[in-house]
Amino acid sequence: MKTTRTQRGLGETQAPHVARTSRTAPPARTARAVRTPGGLSLRLDVRLLTVVVLLVLAALAASVVLIGTGDFPIPASDVLKTLVGQGDRGQEFIVRELRLPRVLVGLLVGACLGLGGALFQSVSRNPLGSPDVLGLSQGATAGALVVIVLISGGATAVTLGALVGGLVTGLAIYLLAWKQGVHGYRLVLVGIGVNAVVTAVNGYLITKADFVDAARAVVWMTGSLNGRDWSQVWPLLALCAVLLPLVLGNARGLRMLEMGDDTAYALGVRVERVRLLMMASGVLLTAAATAAAGPVAFVALTSPQLARRLTGSPGPNLVPSLCMGAALLVTADWASQRAFGADQLPVGVVTGVLGGGYLLWLLVTERRKGRI
Amino acid sequence: MLVLVALASISVGAKDLSLGQVWHGLFQDSGTYGDVVVGERLSRTLLGLLAGAALGLSGAVLQALTRNPLADPGVLGINAGASAAVVTAITFFGVTSLRGYVWFAFLGAAAVGALVWFLGGSRGATPVRLALAGTAIGAALYGYLQAVMIMDDAALGKMRFWTVGSLASATNATITQVLPFCLAGTVLALLLARPLNAVAMGDDTARALGADLNRTRALAMLAATVLCGSATAACGPIVFVGLMVPHVVRSFTGPDLRWILPYATVLSPVLLLGADVVGRVVARPAEVQVGVVTAIIGGPVFILLVRRRRTAQL
Repeated sequence: MKTTRTQRGLGETQAPHVARTSRTAPPARTARAVRTPGGLSLRLDVRLLTVVVLLVLAALAASVVLIGTGDFPIPASDVLKTLVGQGDRGQEFIVRELRLPRVLVGLLVGACLGLGGALFQSVSRNPLGSPDVLGLSQGATAGALVVIVLISGGATAVTLGALVGGLVTGLAIYLLAWKQGVHGYRLVLVGIGVNAVVTAVNGYLITKADFVDAARAVVWMTGSLNGRDWSQVWPLLALCAVLLPLVLGNARGLRMLEMGDDTAYALGVRVERVRLLMMASGVLLTAAATAAAGPVAFVALTSPQLARRLTGSPGPNLVPSLCMGAALLVTADWASQRAFGADQLPVGVVTGVLGGGYLLWLLVTERRKGRI
Repeated sequence: MLVLVALASISVGAKDLSLGQVWHGLFQDSGTYGDVVVGERLSRTLLGLLAGAALGLSGAVLQALTRNPLADPGVLGINAGASAAVVTAITFFGVTSLRGYVWFAFLGAAAVGALVWFLGGSRGATPVRLALAGTAIGAALYGYLQAVMIMDDAALGKMRFWTVGSLASATNATITQVLPFCLAGTVLALLLARPLNAVAMGDDTARALGADLNRTRALAMLAATVLCGSATAACGPIVFVGLMVPHVVRSFTGPDLRWILPYATVLSPVLLLGADVVGRVVARPAEVQVGVVTAIIGGPVFILLVRRRRTAQL
């Protein structure tokens, strides 16, 4: 039993690397064992790998299309040429300086939100227990609003404010939910309480603002990728580079945690430590993503669930959720640009509509199973 | 207590008035500046009384109906449903009078109420599920409100004040328009106390006691919707009043709804008006909207309730 789990955990953490070599494998429903001559054996979930590869491809394809979309459309072939350094000078400027950073921020924010959502849903053991429902996004928003409304700060200050707001809210939720350990249900309910308070405070801040600040704040609060540049890409990338190995390395403990605290203890997991680590990572990821793009609604809520349904595999599905988040956000940004014209409605509106649809769908399909 | 708070609500505000002036304004209106102020504060206070009673009562009914101590029109997203419907009515259908959009508020509240009930798993609903379903739907509607505000600057100018929940816009017209709905809802809710008592004991016991489960549920839902919808249409979404008051009341009346409901009707306005007075005092001469104050008071209470009770009792 134990060895199987170890191998499974390994298989998942290595999924992105293995995926590249097994692209030709036919989609299969069951996991397969791969044995090397040296006596090493790995359990490969072929369907999971296929899904991850397809999602990565989808995210990349959407990115290329998105780079080509705008007031100055560029065909996909030219985008690819420019990306490898063979475009003409005008295209080079547009792609490299204007649109590539925006798309990269979109990919990274989507990935962070997807992963953060998967972590929180796993820790709270509830498919609705995502950071945007538990008050983290609102907390980050409060931080940003304080900067926008009270001190009329610039973009960097707003980013920092959102980061601080998200982290403080995460800490507050954890401490308030702590009572000889943090349990899923208490975490959820405390998060909901915090969410209500912070939402009210946000509303108050908006009424305090003068009209220009209020308009700016409302656009920020919806979540937008407009005008993002390289200075937002690097911090996000660095954060992902640090947190991703940490989270994936401990994915095994998280998976066992889903079976209940007692079982996880019996299997040798340090329950509170794993939970703290996962929640802290989730808070950091969400706060950083919100700081970069604003509280883009429902990506964190939907991507883990969509990913889980595609892979059909149990457990937190961390890597598929991450890829799904990235693909979802970039596609939503493209849709918002196509549907409403350039920069009319921010991407958060599209993901919000998506989230509403998802909730309805959940209502129709899932309620009889009592899984919510 | 109610009288005291009401008096405080009239006398405290951006302009200081002595009690003598208040008396003068109330009973010997002669059109001085002070009297005008008193008149405006009076309608504000009356609206607070109505809205507070409506919210508290609907909270108590919802808690009994869902057998869930964490039920509240705010937590369950019913307020958000009413707000979204009102904003839709104002922005897209050009409805301007309260009499017009109060119907939209009922519709929105009822739709979200039903949605949350089904999404929360209807019969197998636990407090966590219901609260999550309510908050998630509330978040979706909140996003919708923001989209409306981004597209329409006029909506932003008007709505950013309304969506917080405030008594500041009260006029006598508001009160007369909301009053019939509030009264109807209150009477209906109070009449339902007995059958709701039976429902609170669980489906089987209730049936054994001869209660008509479906009719009681439908009527209770109707009462809660009308109360919460009219309060929201008049003052915007105000959270947590319906959560806190029934708990306070229950601590001295016990679980009998025939006592809880009337007490909640009387005590909720005390809370709401008290919060309104606090909001006017802390940021003079500006004011903090009452919805913000109740959320800041109610959030910790909610968390305290969550921490104190065991899952089994929730």
